[in-house]
Amino acid sequence: MTESGAVLLELSNIVKQFPGVLALDQVSFDVRAGEVHALLGENGAGKSTLIKIISGVYQPDHGHIRLAGDKVKFDTPAVAQSRGIATIYQELLLYPELSVAENIFMGHAPKTRFGTIDWRCMRTLAREHLASLDINDLDVDQQVGSLSVGNRQRVEIAKALSQDARVLIMDEPTAALTGADVERLFRIVRLLRERGVGVIYISHRLEEIFELADRVTVLRDGACVGTSEVVDTTEDDLINRMVGRTIEDLYPKQAASIGEPVLEVQALSRPPLTRDVSLTLRRGEILGLAGLVGSGRSELAQTLFGITPAHNGCIKVNGVECRIDSPSAAIALGIAYVPEDRSTQGLIKPMSIRENVSMVVLKDISNGNLINHSAERDLAEKNVHQFSIRTSGIEQKVEKLSGGNQQKVVLGKWMASDPDVLIMDEPTRGIDVGAKAEIHRTMSELACSGMAVLMISSELPEIMGMSDTIAVMREGQLVATFARGEATQEQIAGAMMGGSRSEADELSDTDNTKGAAA
Amino acid sequence: MNTTATASLAPAPQRGVLKRFLRIFASQEAVLLLALVALFVIVGSINPRFVAERNLYSIFLGNAYIAVAAIGMSMVIISGNIDISVGSLIGVLATISGSMAVAGYPLVLCWLVPVLAGVLISSFTGYIVAYLKIPSIVVSLGMLSILKGGLIAVTSGEWITDLPKGYALAQLKPFGVPLPIYFMIVLTLLAALWMRYSNTGRAIYAVGGNAEAARLSGISKQRTIMKVFAIHGGFTGIAAVLFATQLSVIQSTVPPNLELTIITASVVGGVSILGGTGTVIGSTLAAVLLAAIGSSLIFVSVSPYWLRSVQGVLILLTVLADLFRRKRQRKQG
Repeated sequence: MTESGAVLLELSNIVKQFPGVLALDQVSFDVRAGEVHALLGENGAGKSTLIKIISGVYQPDHGHIRLAGDKVKFDTPAVAQSRGIATIYQELLLYPELSVAENIFMGHAPKTRFGTIDWRCMRTLAREHLASLDINDLDVDQQVGSLSVGNRQRVEIAKALSQDARVLIMDEPTAALTGADVERLFRIVRLLRERGVGVIYISHRLEEIFELADRVTVLRDGACVGTSEVVDTTEDDLINRMVGRTIEDLYPKQAASIGEPVLEVQALSRPPLTRDVSLTLRRGEILGLAGLVGSGRSELAQTLFGITPAHNGCIKVNGVECRIDSPSAAIALGIAYVPEDRSTQGLIKPMSIRENVSMVVLKDISNGNLINHSAERDLAEKNVHQFSIRTSGIEQKVEKLSGGNQQKVVLGKWMASDPDVLIMDEPTRGIDVGAKAEIHRTMSELACSGMAVLMISSELPEIMGMSDTIAVMREGQLVATFARGEATQEQIAGAMMGGSRSEADELSDTDNTKGAAA
Repeated sequence: MNTTATASLAPAPQRGVLKRFLRIFASQEAVLLLALVALFVIVGSINPRFVAERNLYSIFLGNAYIAVAAIGMSMVIISGNIDISVGSLIGVLATISGSMAVAGYPLVLCWLVPVLAGVLISSFTGYIVAYLKIPSIVVSLGMLSILKGGLIAVTSGEWITDLPKGYALAQLKPFGVPLPIYFMIVLTLLAALWMRYSNTGRAIYAVGGNAEAARLSGISKQRTIMKVFAIHGGFTGIAAVLFATQLSVIQSTVPPNLELTIITASVVGGVSILGGTGTVIGSTLAAVLLAAIGSSLIFVSVSPYWLRSVQGVLILLTVLADLFRRKRQRKQG
């Protein structure tokens, strides 16, 4: 299966230190010509730091990079690009207002003798690049902004090839793709492999690695846990290496006594992304909401918190029917919301921990319009202590904290309001494993103390490890519900994918889609 | 797990004298105060008349109203907005005040009505920005034209003279110190305390720092922006009265580019043009520094026309210092 190609890119003993975190610890890694090398690891394991070092965004503190045997230094992304390293990030970096051809040749457009852009040549070349990837259904004059995500990704790949990329880094390319697009992407990746390109493929989906990759390297907590041929390994083996600890460590779920309903939702709709959703959240319960990106999970949370109020349906909080048409209304009803994106929605980064933590309860710790500073300091100290936020003090600006500690500040800010219902959207995304376990422990403790938790997560192990009840959303609707321990990973994944059985099969490579209660 | 946990347990290392020095320097207020002291020492040693009591008063007297207006402007900028119509608004409010005085209204009204009118007009700007969600730079650009055009049309550009006796509030000197200096100091301190200790002040920083996060925490962006513009209008009104009463005539043509001078004071004072950070103490210190520089040029026999260039250099230095600070923070974060 593996072509014994020459080593294209070799990283040896790379060390990268960020304040407070050793992001990469003596990591060695190589890519051969004509192979797909999968990079695997949990969030915060160091994958993105590693690819940022390869693509010149970061410089390593120690260690060497060799390209085709020569020692190189990538001071900027431009240098790496000029040496044939192309990166396709999760967020595609295209110009939506420009055409497909213009995007492909951005920065290196073919010129006429007079130094102007040779449009005819550019279109022809763009068509050739696309055709060489077996893409024949894209109009090179079309505006990129009007393309689907899958097509935009193809444009990115064509762009990388137009720059003679020898090493192509793909960061979770399937995260936002649907079944058919995933299959097309795989065909393109295989084409690239045949052409001798070295592909570094990052994905959380193990099935993809077994379907596509030749070798796999696992990172954990910034260290390399090993590289092996994909044929020599198993899914269990990879999970073991990735997690490196027992499930009980990472998901310290305590059994809580589940009480009366706190939040009841009936036939809630806000088309097109939330349609006819009914669910009940009880005291002490952790309800895990699973689903693909775009399935309406986050939108449901936003509707429940009044960010995008519902058009139809009924919400009852503690048995009383109510309207939630703004975040303030939701807060007044005892609902808290830890958003998906800490930096843009959760925190005010130039402010201190003290100021962030008191944000929601400012009125409660004020006399009239004046803030009671000593009460505020007490609150902040209590939070730092309770959630073990690692900081030099409560006056520390939150932008200087690590991701995990920032998330604890967001959590602390909401706990200050003593909510009945806690909604958490991707509570541990981008957080190192240690902090992750701490957040899970806190979540479990809060549930035990009688709080109702609605947790949205893209990580099935997290959903399965933490939830009392698992609800699955697809295309804006609630399609399946499982009790804790009742469903297997495959059953939940099957319900998430839904649709035709073959599509789910293509993706998961398992025949276990029986749990899809569509 | 162990490596990560222990590594992040240790607080950020604080080594080196240089680092500590930089940290103190990182406070804009400290830099401004140092610059101000340095300016007085250097220019005073070249020409002792610069530090004479009379000159000091004249520096403050003619510029205190800029510092007062810069307080409101700083709040607006901290909230993530800007008001470039402030110079024209001062002109309009000063003209209202002077016209009322000439028409024989009670003096107290001549001093109070402009402040109320400032609150009203600025609230109107704030309403369009907050509720119709049009960027403040565009709204205030429109307001600038409306106010400036209207002012010239109504006054035909003529100055108001024959002001009644006792109207010249800014020329009063309780305990030998010009009244505008009291206004400047007291208003700055009040505003600084209010920004630090009030709910509204906190909301202004929060909305400017991250409006979305503030909204999700139950802080209304709209109401906060309305409030900040209303307050800014009040400060503009006080500034206008100080401006109107400092001389025995009122120039309906306010100093050209007055709004830029006021915004310069805010920015040099350390208020981030992106919103969310800065203090009113900084902006007042910067207003004083800018005035002192202007005055010092005369005392060291440099053409006062250089003043604008010096201001420009200060703006760029401030922005560069801010950039440097942000970069350093990003590296640490």
